[in-house]
Amino acid sequence: MKSKHIRGVNDLGKDGIQEILSLSDHFFEVSTRRIPKVPALRGRTIAWLFYENSTRTRLSFETAAKRLSADSMNFSVSSSSVKKGESLRDTVETVSAMGVDAIVVRHSSTGVPWLLPKWTDASIINAGDGAHEHPTQSLLDCYTIQKQLGGIEGKKIVIVGDIKHSRVARSNILAFKAMGAEIVLVAPRTLLPVDTSTWPVEISENLDESISDADVIYMLRMQLERQKEAFVPSLREYTNDFGLTLERAQKLPKHTIIMHPGPMNRGVEIASEVPELGNAVVTNQVSNGVIVRMAVLYFLLGSGAELSEDGNDNE
Amino acid sequence: MADSERTTTPLNGGFFVARSEIMDADGVRRALWRMSHEILEQNKGIRDIVLVGLETGGVHLARKLAINLLEIEGEEIPVGTLDVAFYRDDIGIRPVVPGNPTDLPFDLTSRVVVLVDDVLFTGRTIRAAMDAIVDFGRPAAVQLAVMIDRGHRELPIRPDYVGKNLPTRRDELVDVQEGGVWLGHLESEES
Repeated sequence: MKSKHIRGVNDLGKDGIQEILSLSDHFFEVSTRRIPKVPALRGRTIAWLFYENSTRTRLSFETAAKRLSADSMNFSVSSSSVKKGESLRDTVETVSAMGVDAIVVRHSSTGVPWLLPKWTDASIINAGDGAHEHPTQSLLDCYTIQKQLGGIEGKKIVIVGDIKHSRVARSNILAFKAMGAEIVLVAPRTLLPVDTSTWPVEISENLDESISDADVIYMLRMQLERQKEAFVPSLREYTNDFGLTLERAQKLPKHTIIMHPGPMNRGVEIASEVPELGNAVVTNQVSNGVIVRMAVLYFLLGSGAELSEDGNDNE
Repeated sequence: MADSERTTTPLNGGFFVARSEIMDADGVRRALWRMSHEILEQNKGIRDIVLVGLETGGVHLARKLAINLLEIEGEEIPVGTLDVAFYRDDIGIRPVVPGNPTDLPFDLTSRVVVLVDDVLFTGRTIRAAMDAIVDFGRPAAVQLAVMIDRGHRELPIRPDYVGKNLPTRRDELVDVQEGGVWLGHLESEES
């Protein structure tokens, strides 16, 4: 039975991820057409509830909705009644009362997407909750790896940097693991969560050693806005030990691809020149983002997921 | 799996059980030969013709028609495939899961597009296909070739080339393969 929501990677599991990846192949074809648009979700309404800033996630969701002919209900926190003190619940109930089929939510608090089904019948899509999950990012990352390397199973994926504050890392670990990859995390102790003993990963503090035989190097952004204390002695030292410098990037095996979820701190976790190298797929990730989010919206509103009965489970 | 227990699309959540054979492999082959000649006769040759097989049942028939036309006229004609899932009118009512991605690597503008499908039933798939086709260009004409016309049309659509007219009940199912055509019904997975 399909889940009605995509709040976290585990709402999908391996089967769900695979279904979205194969739907993505269809939407890739659609995106190459003269008119890159299909009427699949005509008459469906999707609301964006972004309580946190976003450029690419929001833009790619909006583009995806338009290419599926869905209508969207825009909601920007800065110009809404949230500024007058309206609660999350009242906002969701208001939006829901206007008739929406799906709500895409980004919030600084962990768990918000799991609360929403109590207040609305709409399908919920998590576009990032605190430092917890960002499932659509990991789906587009899986799609990018599959397209670039022909598959994910058995690949060695090295995730480097600020794991502690990264919802991208958490979702990616779940998704890459579900798809059968080998995952290595490389970070200073201070940027790792307190307890990683239950995570299906290997942990290292030696970047050069870990990336020498990697298939994928996934650089995370130093989330300076979430860091309320000093986690590294200095950014220059961090770059030295954990940054993907031009020298490191040039030493990589030929087939290794370089990924980054953006926005990049050029010169900190990744050298300015590196995203321009032939094996960097950062812009592929962005264009795949639109395709995969079309697949996500279609998966929920077209392929029958919203028709399933386990929709309102609040585990 | 036996021929008589061929699975159908998972969409229906069941499997096909055949009751009677309508055509054998020779019947299908002869019908395709006749349809190939009819296409040539109708269009006075193969100039500007492209064949578009509908996913998934029409694809192998379109390829076979193209092979026949090559044999008759000595010229290759373009064959594409079209998945109409995203154009269906029942999205949101029942699960609509696409087959293989569309592959139309040529311009349709001013060409004669012959849509090829295995079974013509309500006509809704063809309606969706015509909507999809115009997104790729403006064809000079769109024609329709089907192996089986089983009636029960819900839209004003008629085929140009038919393998066989087959009166059916609404709850029956028709299975078209290269090796033959069977009439049967869908058995749900639980029973």
